[in-house]
Amino acid sequence: MDRSLSDADSAVSVLPQRAEPAGDVVLEVRNLSTEFSLRTGVLKAVDDISFTLRRGETLCIVGESGSGKSVTARSILRIVQSPGRVTAGEILLHGVGGDAARTVDMAKLDSRGSEVRSIRGKEISMIFQEPMSSLSPVHKIGFQIDEALKLHTDLDKKDRRTRTIALLRRVEIPDPETTVDRYPFEYSGGMRQRAMIAMALACNPSVLIADEPTTALDVTTQAEILDLIKELQTDFGMAVIFITHDMGVVAEIADTVCVMRHGAMVESGPVGALFKNPQHPYSRMLIGSALRLERPAELRLSRPRIDEHKPPILRVENLEKDFAAHKGFFRRTQSVVRAVADVSLQLREGENLGIVGESGSGKTTLGRCLLRMIEPTAGSVFYRRPDGSEVDISCVGRAELRQIYREIRMIFQDPFGSLNPRMTIEQIVGEPLLMMGWKPKAVRERVVELMERVDLKATFLERYPHAFSGGQRQRISIARALAPSPRVIVADEATSALDVSLRAQVLDLLLSLQAQMNLSFLFISHDISVIRYFCDRVAVMYRGEIVEIGDALAVCDNPQHAYTKALLSAVPRPDPTQRRIHERHRYVASG
Amino acid sequence: MLSNYVIRRLVFMIPTLLAISIVSFGIVQLPPGDFLDTYISTLEADGGDISGIEIENLKKRYRLDEPVVVQYWQWITGIVFAGDFGWSFQYQRPVSDVLWDRVGLTFAISLASLVFVYVVAFPIGVYSAVKKYSVGDYAFTFLGFLGLAIPNFLLALILMYGALTFFGQSVGGLFSPEFAEAPWSWARFWDLMAHIWIPVIIIGTASTAGLIRIMRANLADELNKPYVETARAKGVSEGRLLMRYPVRLALNPFVSQVGWELPSLVSGAAITSIVLNLPTTGPVLLIALKSQDMYLAGSFIMILSILTVIGTLVSDLLLAWLDPRIRYK
Repeated sequence: MDRSLSDADSAVSVLPQRAEPAGDVVLEVRNLSTEFSLRTGVLKAVDDISFTLRRGETLCIVGESGSGKSVTARSILRIVQSPGRVTAGEILLHGVGGDAARTVDMAKLDSRGSEVRSIRGKEISMIFQEPMSSLSPVHKIGFQIDEALKLHTDLDKKDRRTRTIALLRRVEIPDPETTVDRYPFEYSGGMRQRAMIAMALACNPSVLIADEPTTALDVTTQAEILDLIKELQTDFGMAVIFITHDMGVVAEIADTVCVMRHGAMVESGPVGALFKNPQHPYSRMLIGSALRLERPAELRLSRPRIDEHKPPILRVENLEKDFAAHKGFFRRTQSVVRAVADVSLQLREGENLGIVGESGSGKTTLGRCLLRMIEPTAGSVFYRRPDGSEVDISCVGRAELRQIYREIRMIFQDPFGSLNPRMTIEQIVGEPLLMMGWKPKAVRERVVELMERVDLKATFLERYPHAFSGGQRQRISIARALAPSPRVIVADEATSALDVSLRAQVLDLLLSLQAQMNLSFLFISHDISVIRYFCDRVAVMYRGEIVEIGDALAVCDNPQHAYTKALLSAVPRPDPTQRRIHERHRYVASG
Repeated sequence: MLSNYVIRRLVFMIPTLLAISIVSFGIVQLPPGDFLDTYISTLEADGGDISGIEIENLKKRYRLDEPVVVQYWQWITGIVFAGDFGWSFQYQRPVSDVLWDRVGLTFAISLASLVFVYVVAFPIGVYSAVKKYSVGDYAFTFLGFLGLAIPNFLLALILMYGALTFFGQSVGGLFSPEFAEAPWSWARFWDLMAHIWIPVIIIGTASTAGLIRIMRANLADELNKPYVETARAKGVSEGRLLMRYPVRLALNPFVSQVGWELPSLVSGAAITSIVLNLPTTGPVLLIALKSQDMYLAGSFIMILSILTVIGTLVSDLLLAWLDPRIRYK
């Protein structure tokens, strides 16, 4: 990440500075309530919350899914969608239009009126979670930034373009004179979020609302974006409302924290005090869950050591996967992307081996190649059967592969997408058994037993997946994976879609099942804390290669490879006294 | 980028069209017998008689004694090099004479129907998606389903009855009797316009109803996309936001329908044309197929297929123009 200071300075000069004394209150929210009138009744998504935001301050609103934090953000901008409605309270925005004496109550404005529109994007801007879908895919980046300028300034076309380019340069988009005319799909995820930030800052707002802006990004990209927001905040003196579920991020950037649960604010205060001495049990639980994942699981430490001399259950040798890119008139193979390059590793019996890496590192492709869900280009995957004989999965026939699929199972990331919505839980969990030719009665008994194992009630059997929460669904996925009594489980980001409090629970469940059923896990994740908690050994992947492999704790505490160092130092820790993202290692591979 | 794309698409059309010509000729040859058999049995049914020598002569004249491959080769080379689609046994005229007479008017009706379909479906679809589950949405949905459910010929009969009873308009055909054989003039054109609306509505109704549903479903999906929220948070007004972002993206499937609408309007109009006695291609195709008039039928199927291919090309080009993601892939 190189940046030229002179460029950044010239960009700032394009943008007028606000003349306001520091420490002024810019936004006051008093007793705000937002309700959704549903068929089943009225849902209070935001229930009587109040906070004050000062110039230059970062307020983190933290909570798990369904806590109402995103609706709070949308209520402030008055962009809550029908049937949602701001029903009570005041949203006082001070210093509107640069006039320190002018105050507008956003809650009183017509949500479709011109007055509220003149505030959106000018006084209060917002950036969103999904940089992929938050920009229009069919309009150029420059057009989308220009639109904000066109709405809120009286600059002419030429000046607007100059300023758009300056803004892109300010958010460190490379070569902004050219990239301004690119479409979002030509940008990487991190660049899109930068472009979103440029768009939000186009009119120099006094408040920036960021709704989980880094959740969809890799940790190193997250660190860059957090850095950028902090830096721009200092330069522009704006206040930031940062919505997140990640206590690490809170500890890293917040001045003040509001903890939300079920639409209500359960606790608020300075970040230091909150982490040191949380008052509400929910805050304690959130911080506790985050801290718990900072250490290895107790269940794992208490079990007997894995015998290193026993032959491995899974042995991967020189595995490669190339994806061909077709271009030109005749769609010939023009370039080859090497997703997995010469990977060798061993999974011992009863062991948890973590594969960690960022998006595009090839970790998911590796997992799929192991089970031939994607055909590997080269290399072998040796699986040791219960009788001790070895078989090369990469070249067995269909029939044998089906047998192996009963012994090596997968758990996927998305607890919503990986369960068929038209099948009952009994059908979902029992399907692999029926395929094996079990009798319906035996299947039912087994499914009941599995449900108990994953801590779900057997009375759930007749229900469909939509009746379950994310955590419950992931338990159902686990039950399905366990149905044919497998020996190896390949879990691809199995806990990434879960709230932090559930994450540790699911990992503990997997560990206890491991002890009961003698399982070995290949655990693919981008999340270092999950790896540290769950895995005995870890392999770090970068651009298709394993750059480092070793004992999980040793790698996490004392990384050897420069990339591992960069990756680990970009992870925000749930401790506000140890802010360090700014001093992180950076790593760019040569070539 | 775009020109490369267009050229590639055009080049790929050649083998497609070749395959279509073989298949369409093949289909016509599939039933046992040929045109002469049908001709002879019709003659015999009418009490006529025909000698073996005469049959042989006819066979020679129409080259029916040669292998199918040769017949195909003569037919296709004739089309490509001389624009000669062969001889229609039924009409005792060259196929191209029979065709071109009718293709022009067919095209006029189809094009007018296409415009009608899109002009009506677009605003209603947008309205229904934005005001989902409102009274207006339900009303249009009801009308739309009615339009989908009523067979074209029934609608044709109802409209004919209505036009005659309430407007005293001459029904059937595309022209009033006095203009039917007259040369083109403004008066004749005006007469055409006065008649064309009935077939246009009849042919277009089902497609309109379908497209309204497509537009409504697509737009309803797009309305909840995050980029809409981004634009709203930017301060864009609701009306401009709607047209600039979600409608623009919902147009993709709407536009790709053009490829299907064009040929289905041309061929689907057959029954309507028979009921309304329109001088279009549909009824002729039916007759040609019944009497195994192979060059005529083959040429018809060929032209319909070419229309499909062209329609698909047009819709793909429109899509590429609308959506940069397609253009750059």
